[in-house]
Amino acid sequence: MSILKVENLEKHFGSTQVLKDISFDMDEGQALAIIGSSGSGKTTLLRCLNFLETPSAGRIYVRDEKIFDSADMGSQREKDIRKKRLHFGMVFQNFNLFPQYTALENVMLAGQLLAKERDDFKQNKKQIFADLETEARALLEKMNLTERADHYPHQLSGGQQQRVAIARALALHPDILCFDEPTSALDPELTGEVLKVIRELAEQNMTMVIVTHEMAFARDVADQILFMDGGLIVEQGDAADVINNPKTERLQAFLSRLSDT
Amino acid sequence: MSLIMEQMPIVLHALNIGFLQTLKLFLVTLLGAIPLGLIISLGSMTKFKPLQLLSRFVVWVVRGTPLMIQLLIIYYFPGLVLHNPIWGGGEDGRFLAASIAFIINYACYFSEIYRGGIQGIPIGQDEAGLVLGMTRSQIFFKVKLLQMVKRIVPPMSNEIITLIKDTSLARIIALQELIWAGQAFLKGSNGISGAIWPMFFTAIYYLVFTGVLTFLLGKLEKKLDYFR
Repeated sequence: MSILKVENLEKHFGSTQVLKDISFDMDEGQALAIIGSSGSGKTTLLRCLNFLETPSAGRIYVRDEKIFDSADMGSQREKDIRKKRLHFGMVFQNFNLFPQYTALENVMLAGQLLAKERDDFKQNKKQIFADLETEARALLEKMNLTERADHYPHQLSGGQQQRVAIARALALHPDILCFDEPTSALDPELTGEVLKVIRELAEQNMTMVIVTHEMAFARDVADQILFMDGGLIVEQGDAADVINNPKTERLQAFLSRLSDT
Repeated sequence: MSLIMEQMPIVLHALNIGFLQTLKLFLVTLLGAIPLGLIISLGSMTKFKPLQLLSRFVVWVVRGTPLMIQLLIIYYFPGLVLHNPIWGGGEDGRFLAASIAFIINYACYFSEIYRGGIQGIPIGQDEAGLVLGMTRSQIFFKVKLLQMVKRIVPPMSNEIITLIKDTSLARIIALQELIWAGQAFLKGSNGISGAIWPMFFTAIYYLVFTGVLTFLLGKLEKKLDYFR
């Protein structure tokens, strides 16, 4: 059973079509890397999965449950979308941490707000919040941020902020964790620590979709690679295969451009 | 000099009464303009074009004309032009007219400050909240509100300090505020006439008042310094 299946997804911004007939699926525990030059549509694809953009056409399934169908927009009410979004976690290029909260509070906030919707919230509030804190601290420990739990985002380096953002996304137990160029806003010497935790997540079989410019990382960590160009999936397949033996001219050109720089 | 010391208790008593009226106008203006400004700023940011254009037009006119003229129009227009003197002739009527003029004027300035504060929050904050399953109102109250407050405190402080001094403009419709109270001793009041020093003395009231508020608003700004 595939954990994520995307069928015939399209996206138009006005008269420009940025996604054209995108279809792919992935299995649980896989890491999928999406590569391609800027403007190829890879970030838009990721944003469609997280309902930050509404696809113009197509369907999205998570564990065979249809969570988006352009033919059935009636079911796309704000309230429904909010629940469906929780299948996905999202790590942004610019971290987007909440500046007025500490690292720990950033990780706990969404969980605390969601807990309020539980029937037993009033009776068990203390216990629920204590559990959330225990879990949040464990996640920060996993990100090697134990000592930074009470720091505010501006007191953290970019790499630390991004690791807090990963912990924040993991705290909601998403089925699929999405990364939108997670190291592009970082100084080169800080990318390693972020790539390392993503690599560890892959080893623990976290299902992930990673938009990235780091080719070596994509080849080593991802199981599958999608190469996008001009809104289309031009090549897809086994990660090492796609990078080592590009079949299309477009991917060859893309890879050689990268190795030039 | 000894004459001034003799007159001092009488003058201070009158100035205190005038200052109370100044303080009242200041507080009423803030109380009215802070929420009205929010409504106007939402109007100027709405996607509904007619309302957006109307809000921006009002803001343009109010910010583009002197507050003193606005005071005169609001106070005299109903009586002189419409032959319907709704404010009456008393101090209460003058206070009401002044309050309305000040509230509208300051709400327009505040609305632009709010607009800057709201539009200055990066869209990424909304998106981060959304992907974490938050509702729009949770995002507003739990994520964005405090960031907005932090952004608007410094420009709001400036406006509030300006407002203290602007209340003196209400003198033009003979509201019995601080300047009026000082000026009264020039013409003659409580047995003192031809004395100009009480009017200059009012400056000390303003200075102390702005000093206290500068200190308090600075404290608030410091309190929000823990994040960026």
